[in-house]
Amino acid sequence: MGDEKAAGKKAKGTVFVRSEVCKGCSYCIEFCPTDCLEFSKDFNSKGYHYPVLARPEDCTGCDLCGLYCPDFAIFGMKFKDLEARKNAGASGGAGG
Amino acid sequence: MSEDLARFEDVENPVMPYLRQERIPHIWCPGCGIGTTVNCFARALTESGLDLDKVSIVSGIGCTGRVAGYMRLDSFHTTHGRAIPFATGLKLANPRLKVVVYSGDGDLFAIGGNHFVHAARRNMDLTVICVNNSTYGMTGGQVAPTTPLGATQTTMPYGNFENPFNLPFLADACGAVYVARWTVFHVKQLTRAMKEALLKPGFTFIEVLAPCPTLYLRRNRLGDGVDQVKYYKEKSTIKHGADTKEVGLGFQSDIVVGKFVDRERPTWLDSMNQHFSKVLGTRFQPWGGSNGED
Ligand code: SF4
Ligand code: SF4
Repeated sequence: MGDEKAAGKKAKGTVFVRSEVCKGCSYCIEFCPTDCLEFSKDFNSKGYHYPVLARPEDCTGCDLCGLYCPDFAIFGMKFKDLEARKNAGASGGAGG
Repeated sequence: MSEDLARFEDVENPVMPYLRQERIPHIWCPGCGIGTTVNCFARALTESGLDLDKVSIVSGIGCTGRVAGYMRLDSFHTTHGRAIPFATGLKLANPRLKVVVYSGDGDLFAIGGNHFVHAARRNMDLTVICVNNSTYGMTGGQVAPTTPLGATQTTMPYGNFENPFNLPFLADACGAVYVARWTVFHVKQLTRAMKEALLKPGFTFIEVLAPCPTLYLRRNRLGDGVDQVKYYKEKSTIKHGADTKEVGLGFQSDIVVGKFVDRERPTWLDSMNQHFSKVLGTRFQPWGGSNGED
């Protein structure tokens, strides 16, 4: 969160990445409208680089990355929706 | 990122409830566009407001044929080319179902071409989604009825000389009431088109252009999936209502996308009910169609 303040900009959303099922196709990185994702330096266990939120302050949580990802490995969420879910006691599932 | 995530550990991908999660990761190659179409389909289902207990998905054989097996709906993975006749039987036996056929270009237009033609002619109440990757992916990259002229395939090592189908023109000529083409670049438009097709009675058809990196792109030295999606982005022009005669595809040519046909025709069940009610009067009991809704 410190980084966001430093950039003088507040992120509106964030992404969740299941790095283990990513196949490194780069759709999410290429088609993110705010260009906030980059490939990781690390590999997952299948040998693919996966996306990381390199510029978190730019993410709007629009979930376009989630719509493109052919492997269901990433999705975006707006913080306001996340808070609403949390308050509504949303059900469990695979996150992060 | 991780600090944010820790607060929301239980959040799941909105597409997950639509998938048989125990079968993920799926078998599709890195950069294959089929998974992207599944995202759009899942969102279209949400937006359509349809009762998922009344939605059924039928696939034939091939890479796209795997979609039915990954969707958490009443799914049927049928024999090669026979998704449409299977779906027709399902719809007629239980007219309250929304039946979706989800399959590839080879399955729907080569092996199953005859079924497509007649289901569209009859205006059978089905939504047909064809993921067109221009090749037979699962069996090794043979030439398909959609392979553009000049493209190299395992069975056309010197380039394809067979004229490919123009799928929207075919669907239009056969009588489909809704015909659209999008690519996996156009995720938002594709989602909207899928929703429209799901909600429209009659034979609705969407062609989705999608990259097959392993067999089509590599053999034609076209790069990765993402390069092909960039090509879709650069070379596509949206032309709603375009004359379907004019929308044929060449090798890496310009692409016309959009909603080409949206018209009204009585569905097969409505025609049957109307006809027999007229001929047989009260001796006939209507079955399904707009008479069957309750
Ligand atoms: S949610 Fe939107 S802004 Fe954030 S990474 Fe995904 S595509 Fe980019
Ligand atoms: S779109 Fe999905 S599979 Fe492709 S790089 Fe991004 S997270 Fe990985």
